[in-house]
Amino acid sequence: MRAFALAAVVVVASLGLLAPHAVRDRDVRPELRWAGDPEGGAPYVEADPNDPAKVVGFDVEVADLIARGLGRVPRFISAPFASIDQLVARGDAEAGLSGIEDAPARRAAMAVTIPYYEFREVLAVRGADAGRYRTLRDLAGHRVGTLGGTMAYEILLGAGAYGVQAVSYDDDVHPYSDLLIGRVDGVLLDNVLAERRARGMAGITVQPKTVATGHYVAVFAPGNVAMRDSANEMLRTAMRDGTLERLFRKWNVWNGDQAALYERLLAGESVAPIADVEGGLAFAPTNRWEATRRYMPSLLRAAGVTLVLSCLAMAGAILLGVAIASGRVYGIAPVRLALTGYVELMRGTPILLQLFVIYFGLAAAIRLPAFVAALVGLALNYAAYESEIYRGALQAVPVGQLEAARTLGFSEAQVLTLVRGPQAFRLALAPMTNDFVALLKDSSLVSVLTVIELTRQTQIFATNIGSWMVPGMLCAALYLAMSLPLAALARNLERRWSAPTR
Amino acid sequence: MSGPILEVRDLHLARGVRRILAGASFSVARGGLVALMGPSGSGKTTVLRAIAGLERFDAGSVVVENVTLTAGGPSAATLRELRRHVGLVFQFHHLFDHLPVIQNVTLAPVHVRNMAVAAAEERGRQLLAQLGVEHRARALPRELSGGEAQRVAIARALAVDPPLLMMDEPTASLDAGRRAELGELLRRLTGERRTILVSTHDEVLARDWATAVLRMQDGRVTT
Repeated sequence: MRAFALAAVVVVASLGLLAPHAVRDRDVRPELRWAGDPEGGAPYVEADPNDPAKVVGFDVEVADLIARGLGRVPRFISAPFASIDQLVARGDAEAGLSGIEDAPARRAAMAVTIPYYEFREVLAVRGADAGRYRTLRDLAGHRVGTLGGTMAYEILLGAGAYGVQAVSYDDDVHPYSDLLIGRVDGVLLDNVLAERRARGMAGITVQPKTVATGHYVAVFAPGNVAMRDSANEMLRTAMRDGTLERLFRKWNVWNGDQAALYERLLAGESVAPIADVEGGLAFAPTNRWEATRRYMPSLLRAAGVTLVLSCLAMAGAILLGVAIASGRVYGIAPVRLALTGYVELMRGTPILLQLFVIYFGLAAAIRLPAFVAALVGLALNYAAYESEIYRGALQAVPVGQLEAARTLGFSEAQVLTLVRGPQAFRLALAPMTNDFVALLKDSSLVSVLTVIELTRQTQIFATNIGSWMVPGMLCAALYLAMSLPLAALARNLERRWSAPTR
Repeated sequence: MSGPILEVRDLHLARGVRRILAGASFSVARGGLVALMGPSGSGKTTVLRAIAGLERFDAGSVVVENVTLTAGGPSAATLRELRRHVGLVFQFHHLFDHLPVIQNVTLAPVHVRNMAVAAAEERGRQLLAQLGVEHRARALPRELSGGEAQRVAIARALAVDPPLLMMDEPTASLDAGRRAELGELLRRLTGERRTILVSTHDEVLARDWATAVLRMQDGRVTT
């Protein structure tokens, strides 16, 4: 039965791989490769549950419409939401569509089409709080979640001025599930997403007041203005002849805002990327240097989070690792077996999975704050690796020295603490330093738990200014500033301990 | 106290099909320098290890002062008591690699006998001086010559003052001149309160310095 299921998966997967080629053989028209994020889900882009190689959604239909107008065959390329611009800019796809927001920085970095959909940033709160949290300002001093690298995130950062704490997520499901269990007190996102979640989850109220208005656009590479202009023509035609209206009605997201938007666009008006922001909050600067200056404090803060998290997690991993190693060397058979099982489980499964289970999976039983969950996850995982280092080091201390200590009358505990332990620790020092540097970098994985550490903050920065160059270099410099002194310290200790005392 | 300091009775020990001890019996009188002679593989080292409580045996008994070891594992309390009476200097010394010479010597007095650190160091330096290696007190074991390491190992064993001091092949890595020096040293260390049992196949050491000689062959003591 299992073999059959496996075979079925293989067959389906190879069909999925073959399908585009089959299309190409029949159809001689060139392709329009367009990038989107199927994790965004309906009504934007969703993998067809019956055929994962196919996607459905209003963005898929808009992409089809543009491709048809360009005389091309649409081909979907799956991409993480935050990387779509970069993918298009480097030419892996001609176009990007996936609820991509119009934004000043995006206009500066990419060739952006006219908007084809207007959305509202709306606040979702728990039903019980609907009376007291009506606007962002009501949430002063509270945590509010959203997707990282979006306009909503920028608005939340701006709302930091009156005490709102922005919490960044990688997807649009967990902000709402964390809202229900009280990890955040509000979620700011596009009305399309908010209404979809409010329908699917009981206990969520979407506040009627608009926090800001924004637009979805398609993006092309900065040098591909000609194709963008053709796409604009296609969109205008579809606005005029009602194609877009039919399309959005089909996906149940048509409303009066769109009619007004199309009217303004067809009259030749230009539409500002973002409008009606609550309380006139400060908004994303377009100049890269200005943005760098603005992001520098948060990058440094994030580097601090990375450093503190790594140091605490390493301390935990060392303590736990010593306990595990001692148990595996000295313990009775059942203890050894259990500890071996633990080590193999932690080493044999992805740390990302472990972090998800600890933060989201265990949330029903124990609701750890994100930082604590990250700390626990990293410490538990690294403890497995540390314990292997210590076990090896303990076993590398010559048995003769242990016997010499025993004949001198030392108890087994004294043999461990006075003779075996100190020598094992010195042997373990170099691999431990390696692991610490690795941990420093692995700590970037905890961003999936909404902890804003250095890599995540860099990603938000890069998405916001539409370039990885400056953020990437700053980020690398900060990591090196943390890891190089550490390596130097370890070399120093090793040298001191291996050198003659006199 | 009178009577022998050590009595080994009918010791049997096999590892798999190999019989290492096949009924070894002997006793050692108080206050002498006894040489346990025999070819390689005759079981000398194993006998010493069994007396020091490092080797389990299948049958027989070992009695050191008032402590009796029998077949099967001795209790932790028995071993603790045994090691107040017996010291062992290993053929390859097994000094603690991470500690300088003086701490190799003072570690047990401080942590096992609860001596004050200053007093232990004072006594440690006296022992090192007595053995002629006081100038190496701050050196690490890996910086010592073979002869120096052996003397430090002897000092370490003497620091807890065992009435019965055993040494495994002490002359194996020494040249003729050094052997004579060692023989003289061991005789000097022997007295009312200390008995030394040495495993060796060095006939000269046995002839010139031992007060009694035991011979082993195929896991038995023959004389």
